[in-house]
Parts: sequence; structure tokens; C-alpha cells
Amino acid sequence: MTAAVSVRGAIKSYGHNRVLDNIDFTAESGRVTAVIGPSGSGKSTLLRAINHLEALDSGFVSVYGELIGVRVHRGRLKELSERAILRQRSRIGFVFQSFNLFPHLSILENVVEAPVAARQVPRLEAETRARELLAKVGLADKVDAYPRQLSGGQQQRVAIARALALQPRLLLFDEPTSALDPELVGEVLAVLRDLATAGTTMIVVTHEIGFAREVADHVVFLDAGRIVEQGPPAEVLVNPTHDRTREFLSKVV
Amino acid sequence: MTSLPTARAPVTEPPDDLLSQKVVPLRHPWRWVAGAAVLVVLAQAAHALITNPVFQWDAFGYWFFRPVVIEGLLLTLQLTALSAVFGLLGGIVLALMRLSRNPVLRAVSWGYTWIFRSIPLIVLLLFLANVTALYSTLSLGIPFGPSFVEFSANDLLSFFVVAVLGLSLNEAAYAAEVVRSGIISVDQGQLEAAAALGLPKGRQYRRIILPQATRAIIPAYANQLIGLLKGTSVVYITSLLELFGVVQTQASTNSGQIIPLLMVGTVWYVILTSALSVVQYYLERRFSRGALRTVPATPLQRFRARLRSAGVAR
Repeated sequence: MTAAVSVRGAIKSYGHNRVLDNIDFTAESGRVTAVIGPSGSGKSTLLRAINHLEALDSGFVSVYGELIGVRVHRGRLKELSERAILRQRSRIGFVFQSFNLFPHLSILENVVEAPVAARQVPRLEAETRARELLAKVGLADKVDAYPRQLSGGQQQRVAIARALALQPRLLLFDEPTSALDPELVGEVLAVLRDLATAGTTMIVVTHEIGFAREVADHVVFLDAGRIVEQGPPAEVLVNPTHDRTREFLSKVV
Repeated sequence: MTSLPTARAPVTEPPDDLLSQKVVPLRHPWRWVAGAAVLVVLAQAAHALITNPVFQWDAFGYWFFRPVVIEGLLLTLQLTALSAVFGLLGGIVLALMRLSRNPVLRAVSWGYTWIFRSIPLIVLLLFLANVTALYSTLSLGIPFGPSFVEFSANDLLSFFVVAVLGLSLNEAAYAAEVVRSGIISVDQGQLEAAAALGLPKGRQYRRIILPQATRAIIPAYANQLIGLLKGTSVVYITSLLELFGVVQTQASTNSGQIIPLLMVGTVWYVILTSALSVVQYYLERRFSRGALRTVPATPLQRFRARLRSAGVAR
């Protein structure tokens, strides 16, 4: 098995508050990794560090063997130029909790924007591919609508199509269903389930324990910036070895 | 427990044949009275305006399209247009400097805005008009080093240039704050999403941030522009004869006609401001794309729709 993502010795502080405290973990290619934990445990920061939306104080992240956001220079890690970081990000899909669709662009333009601007894909080709992706997430009839005319669940499905348009090697999801009405959660999870079945490499920060149990291959439980335990969902979610994990699960399930 | 009154008036249900009839809405006679009272006051004011001989409407008609007035009007338009363009460009640069992570750029931008918002426009214009007293030559070259071209400040700084320069410098300070307020009104998540998609830095601003910021900028900048249009009247102190300058000088040579001449100026300013307001309305509509679920019809579209439905009804 090849490591898609490898995080080594990741440390990040905001002032005196250490949000990531020596994190080590590996996500396998073609597998789904679920990151769970209480609010403020550092799960979102960890996810954002993987595509360098958040710079680490020390430690590093590599995706398919490529260092992200930094390079080795004279025995030290040095931050890459903004342009190089943007190029790396265009190979990693990121889906936000609050969708962050571009409200002034139509659904089609939202999905077409990155391939055309970041990858120089010809416009017509990008549009054809965007329509296919929107059909795949069940929104073929909404291509000309604007984001605010859609429901939350539909917006999040557009955001997933927008991330997929870059044909990423890795997809990162930051609590993709937390901003949704309960009845809309299912439609977004269904899209994630399809992606998992198709063998997409994904890391999902989530509060949906049921979803993690059903879809994830690997579960990481984070608390106070540290990994408390990790392993297959059948172990971590069903028979946790740590009290802290047990306590957390008893509250959310 | 207190017992409820049991002896209630028997409820008589209205007869069934009433169910098919529409409910008569409550009438509001006082609205009609208030409306009529305001109309009477307005009519009185209009009557006074038209019949009072002080306004000399024949003189007003004589002056309104005089070539000298039209020339002043064109100069006002030129001053406004040039200062608006330079002021806005300067304002965008200043706003981006203020929002940059470079502390030097931030401080300089803040300092510029502080100085030029502090100096009254009239003082700035007089200052620039007298700049020849301070610098007799202006040169273009390496900073603190040799110069390539030299201008005599007197040749370069004609009154027109002084006026445009002064108005633009002043305008840029205000435009910077208007543009900055627009940019910071855009949700932080937008920049984050653009960065996560790997969009090039320039594109993040041009394609994602500025179009959304423009929606917030337009009403504030339209205000600013209308202020500038009327503010150009200040340049008459540098003996540049724009609309107000013309009105003022004509009034001093044609005694007794100051009121009609001021009315000529006022009406032209009202016309120009109205034109700007219409432009503002359509620009706002254009940039509300996506921000509103449905864009409301323009007054013109509503008027046409009404005509059409009236036609169908007939």
C-alpha cells in the first residue's frame, strides 16, 4: 500500500495555544480516513495544514511523496513561493464546511473557474467536464443557477464537483455536513459514499460517526492537538481502548 | 381555580350565503387626508416658485443654453470625469496598499489618507496654485540623483492641471476608504476557497474579490462622485471658469440677475446628479448578479409590463 498523505511531527501554535502537538499519521492511497474529535481538538487545523492553508511551525506534510508548502534547503525546511504552493494546491481538492462557492458566478462558472485559471484547460473542454461532474452529483439541471438559489445540500454538492474538476489525487473534507439541515445531510453523504466506492483518496473531518463507521477505512481520534488513538473503525469506534475516546463517543452517538 | 364566565353572548354564525363573498378591507380615510394636505403645501410652493417675479424665469430661459454657460458645464464635466478616474485608480492602489502585509506600504497609505482627508479641498487647491512659489522646477529622473527632464512648474501646472491634480489627490483619499470597505466586506472564505483551488494571486482578486466588493463599493462611490461633481465648484477660486464660476462671474456683470443665474447652475447640477443616479441604479443591478435570488424589474420594465397587461385586458 502506498502512502497518499504522510504527516510527520506536525506542531502548530497560536500564541501560547498549541493546536497541533506532534501529530504523526499516514493516509493510504484509495482509502477513506475519518478524523473525529471534539471542537477545538485541532482536526480542522490538521486538515488545512495538509494543503498548506495553515503553515506548520515545525514538522512536515507530504502528499504522494511530495513535500507540501516547503522544500529542504541547506538542511532546513523553507517555505515555497506562493506560486509553487498554489500549483500544489491545484492537485488537492478541498471542500469547506460553509461551501464557499463564488456567489457572483453561476454554478457552471464555479466549477469551470479553477481548471481554466489554474491548469490552463481549454474552456470548452472544462465546460464539458464540469457538466459531467454536475450530472454525477445530481445537479445537471442547475448549471445556469447561482449558488444562493440552491439549498445547502445542493451547494455542497456543487462544491464537491468544483473540487473534483481539478482531478485531484486527494480530496479533503472539512466537516462537509455540519452546516446542513439534518434532512439534507444524506444527499451529501451519498456523494461521498460514491466517491469512496470509486477508490478516491479522501480525508474527512466529520461529526457523523455513523458515516465514519460505514465508509471510513481508517479512523483518527484527535483531542487537544494530539492523536489519542487510530485504527480501523471497528476498533476505534466500537471498542475504543482509551477512556477519552469512549467518553467522546458516548456523547456524540 | 377561578371559573370562567359561563353566560357568554350566543355566537351567531353568519349565514352560509356570505361564504362566497369577498371580505371588504378596512378603509383608511386619514391617509387620504394626509396625502391631500401635503399636496396642497407642495402646490403652494410650486406656485410661489413660478409666479414670484424674483426668479425672473425669462432670464433663466435666456441663460440656460448660453454658450458661456455650456462651456462652463463642459469644463465641470471634464474636471469631474478626470478626477473621478484618477481618484478611483489612486484609491484602488491605496486600498490594496493598506490591506497588504507590508508594514511600509500600510503606513504610507494610512498617512496619505490621513493628510488628504485633513486638508480642506479649497486650501489644497490654493496651495497647488501657488506651488510655483515653493518649487520653481519639477524634474523627472532618479530619486535624489540626476534628472533627465526638467519642467518649469509654471508651464506644467496650468490652472486646469492644478484643479484636476487637487481634486484627484483629495478624491483618492476618500475613494481608498470606499474601496477598502468594499474589499473587507467580502467573506474571508472567498479568498480561502480561491487559494485552495490554486487560482493565481492576481486572478483571486480580479475574478473573485473585486467583483463582489464592487457591489458594496457602488452606492458609496456614487455618493462620493456626486460630492465630487458639486465639489468641482470650489475650483472657481483658482480662476477656472466651470459651471459655478461662469454663473458667479455673469452675476457680477449682470446686476440683478443673480437669482436666475443661480437657478441655472442649480438646475444643471440637478440634471447631472440625476444622470449619475440612473447610472448608479443600473450598475447596482448588474453587480447584484448572484447576490439576490431574483433581480427586481427596472422601472422601465415594470412600465412596459403594465402597458402590455393593460393592452391584454382591453
